[in-house]
Amino acid sequence: MKLRRHLLSRSLGRLLIRRTFQSFFLILILIAINFLLIHLAPGDPVHLLAGQSGDEKYYEFIRAKFGLDKTLGEQLWIYITSVLRGDFGYSLGYQQPVVSVIFARVPATLLLMLSAVSLSTVAGVVFGVEAARRENSFADRAINTSALLGYSVPSFSVGHLLLIVFALHLGLFPAQGISSANRESNGLDYLLDVLGHLVLPVATLAIVYLAQIMRLTRTSMLNVLGENFITAARAKGVAEGRVLYVHALRNALLPVVTVVGNDFGMLLSGAVFVETVFAWPGLGRLMIDSLAMRDYPVLMGLFLLASASVVVANLVTDLTYSVLDPRISYGRTRR
Amino acid sequence: MSVETNDGRASEGWAVWRSFKRSRTAVAGLFMLALFFFVAVFAERVAPRDPQKASREALRPPSAAYPFGTDDLGRDVFSGVVHGARVSLLIGVSVALLSGLLGVLVGAAAGYAGGLLDDLLMRLTELFLIPPRFFLALVVAALFGSTYFNLVFVLVVTYWPSTARLVRAEVLSLKERDFVEAARALGASHTRILFHEILPNAFPLIVTQVVLMVGGVVLVEAGLEFLGLGDSSHISWGYMLHNGEHFIRDAWWMIFFPALAISLLVLALNAVGDALNRALDPKSRIEYLDKPA
Repeated sequence: MKLRRHLLSRSLGRLLIRRTFQSFFLILILIAINFLLIHLAPGDPVHLLAGQSGDEKYYEFIRAKFGLDKTLGEQLWIYITSVLRGDFGYSLGYQQPVVSVIFARVPATLLLMLSAVSLSTVAGVVFGVEAARRENSFADRAINTSALLGYSVPSFSVGHLLLIVFALHLGLFPAQGISSANRESNGLDYLLDVLGHLVLPVATLAIVYLAQIMRLTRTSMLNVLGENFITAARAKGVAEGRVLYVHALRNALLPVVTVVGNDFGMLLSGAVFVETVFAWPGLGRLMIDSLAMRDYPVLMGLFLLASASVVVANLVTDLTYSVLDPRISYGRTRR
Repeated sequence: MSVETNDGRASEGWAVWRSFKRSRTAVAGLFMLALFFFVAVFAERVAPRDPQKASREALRPPSAAYPFGTDDLGRDVFSGVVHGARVSLLIGVSVALLSGLLGVLVGAAAGYAGGLLDDLLMRLTELFLIPPRFFLALVVAALFGSTYFNLVFVLVVTYWPSTARLVRAEVLSLKERDFVEAARALGASHTRILFHEILPNAFPLIVTQVVLMVGGVVLVEAGLEFLGLGDSSHISWGYMLHNGEHFIRDAWWMIFFPALAISLLVLALNAVGDALNRALDPKSRIEYLDKPA
């Protein structure tokens, strides 16, 4: 037993090192893609690196800083090293370094996305299991149909619908922003205020993710429920609830982990629409604002952050996978 | 799988159709799709009013004269929805077909040749899967201009890898089958085996993937237009939503009808793709494409 755990942790450690190294390499490629986009775009690259609204003196400074008169190879090197040092440039629109502009918006988006993803994961798994339990029943069909709907209606339209019904007509929840502008509040009052503002955006996102997770859990459960060890567990007299939620779900959960991991990687893409509809002051809103202001340093910084978060989410998903499923081992070559 | 001959392919197609027919949602989806294509092709006949032409009758609610109402510039929302179908379907179908073709070529080459070429092509595929599709499209629209050409280009670049992977896996399994073995024994050339034996058998799977892809592309396109990053040469559903959002309190019809059109089209595509998928293989191989918008 002791030996096995030792082996497991060692292969896990090796996996961790290998995959981290790979991820770092991928992020380098992403930075290079960013660089390529800046140089392929029509117009002077200095306008993309410095923003459109600078003066000639500032452009001179940026030209010198990124070595724009040097060869493309040298420029790429300068770009990669400065990004790795955490220097994403300076936003003229916000009069701040890009890094501080972006990090100021992280908490709002994180609050939104964490609430939505955790809510939809729990609800989606439960609905999915219950649908699989009653395959082809009315409830199963209802769940399936609503999943198809959730896949097809664009998230901003879900948002608009909730906004019109619950904010504009019923007046149950505030329509815009993260807290009320006309109220000077603190402590518990402020917390309740933010929670009220959180309801509609989180509901919108949760509906979108719910469809995905529900469907996948159902399919995955149906596959697992046909296997012998489930029949064996039932024959042994294990309670049905336990068979479903402990024996089967443990095995059915792997694909779901992938999708939830993928959702995390797509945090920013998902945030753009919902934050636009509900004027939520997060990263998605920042993206749209910087587009409108042609604040390219912020835009490119966000693009890098979005791509890097996909890479990191994939890394975490893979590691979770190998912990959940001991059959998978990345230590040796597959095939 | 029983005896596999080339004659078996036709009857297999019929079996897929019979299974497909059994799903009422799928048949309804097919009718809906036909309706959308009809409207897109005959847009000028269905809605003779120019969707871009402003009039004095601004922000009119739906009435006999304007079944879907008018927008803030007095443009006919019904005309916009009808003509918007053309934009959505044109972009959706062309991206799906182009990236499908590219994906099939890469996937088939990798799966059939194996070895070094396979490794090389698959690493390339993985590379193209990294940057988040929607953000790349957004940045390209912002830096290079939001023309339809740029949009189609960037979407094809990001959509082909998923088809390539799927086709590769299918080719890998098909090339070990008896009928391929038989063709090889008869001395058929590699191109003949690939294009006459293997790919026709992978065709239903490819069609399913392409149908589902169209839905995803329609959502991405509408999403970009909704954010104000569209080609402004034509009225599109996403643009109508972008514009209508400012009037959400006073003119619900400005966003309701375009949103309904997008949802119905994507729903129809997903229902058809879903049923095809299940008809081909109840233990479905294609995961839904990630929802982009």
